[in-house]
Amino acid sequence: MSETADRVKKIVVEHLGVEADKVTEDASFIDDLGADSLDIVELVMAFEEEFGVEIPDDAAEKITTVKDAITYIDENKA
Amino acid sequence: MFDLTGMTALVTGASGGLGSAVAKALAAQGAKLALSGSNIDKLEAFRSQLGGDHVAVPCNLSDAAAVDALIPQAVEALGGKLDILVNNAGVTRDNLTMRMKDEEWDQVISVNLEATFRLIRAAAKPMMKARFGRIISITSIVGATGNPGQANYAASKAGIVGMSKAVAQELASRNVTVNCVAPGFMRSAMTDVLPEAQKAALLGKIPAGDLGKGEDIGAAVVYLASKEAGYVTGQTLHVNGGMAML
Repeated sequence: MSETADRVKKIVVEHLGVEADKVTEDASFIDDLGADSLDIVELVMAFEEEFGVEIPDDAAEKITTVKDAITYIDENKA
Repeated sequence: MFDLTGMTALVTGASGGLGSAVAKALAAQGAKLALSGSNIDKLEAFRSQLGGDHVAVPCNLSDAAAVDALIPQAVEALGGKLDILVNNAGVTRDNLTMRMKDEEWDQVISVNLEATFRLIRAAAKPMMKARFGRIISITSIVGATGNPGQANYAASKAGIVGMSKAVAQELASRNVTVNCVAPGFMRSAMTDVLPEAQKAALLGKIPAGDLGKGEDIGAAVVYLASKEAGYVTGQTLHVNGGMAML
């Protein structure tokens, strides 16, 4: 597992209060992890802070699974 | 009760009559303020009169880019956090609807409603993150009752009320409350110069028999800003001497 993936999963666990083994790469934030739309906004803010990346709204809308987040961050982080 | 020590607040239109009264009330409860306004000299004069370690963050609310920059500026000036946002600034461009020019409509909507939206949008982020926030917008009795010659102003104020209810629902779970304070007819430079007969007619409509004072609005804002008001959200607190009971 990549370093990005580890850090993303840690943030998801902390923010959504879910168990770590539920946070698989295919897990959907809303359907599998019980996030609501406001949680997604907060997660994106947390990712931006942790990785120093800018995630514009149109990109954020496409991030629906854990894997989506990892991929976007890996492709865009400095 | 209603102690604001350790809390920070941004007040727009802070050098105006109502804004300065709201700022004084918040400062008296211990809040540290960022005072915003478009007239830099007036703003600085008020800031030094207020004393303390309050800061001035000038802003022209009809300039969208300046409005978007205001919250980050205030957060920085206040040492990294913003607990309370008071949207007080507003303008009037009164005219009968038939005569109202596009510019008169646009200016009022832009400063009163759109700038308020931009400030709320920007403030929501740090407040949500902090799991605490108080957003208070000063509306008007006119937004609920209407007033001839003020279609633009009434629309802008009613617009803030609806917007606040929507945002209140979005942010309630994060301990961020969004409320409005709606003044009735206030004592001001404008009402001071009214002819006696007109003044008497005006007071006849107010059960309390007097015009409102800035302090009356300041006290309402302090309440809604306090920790104690945490279960109150999406509301409009009417402060109007009983003139309209809504």
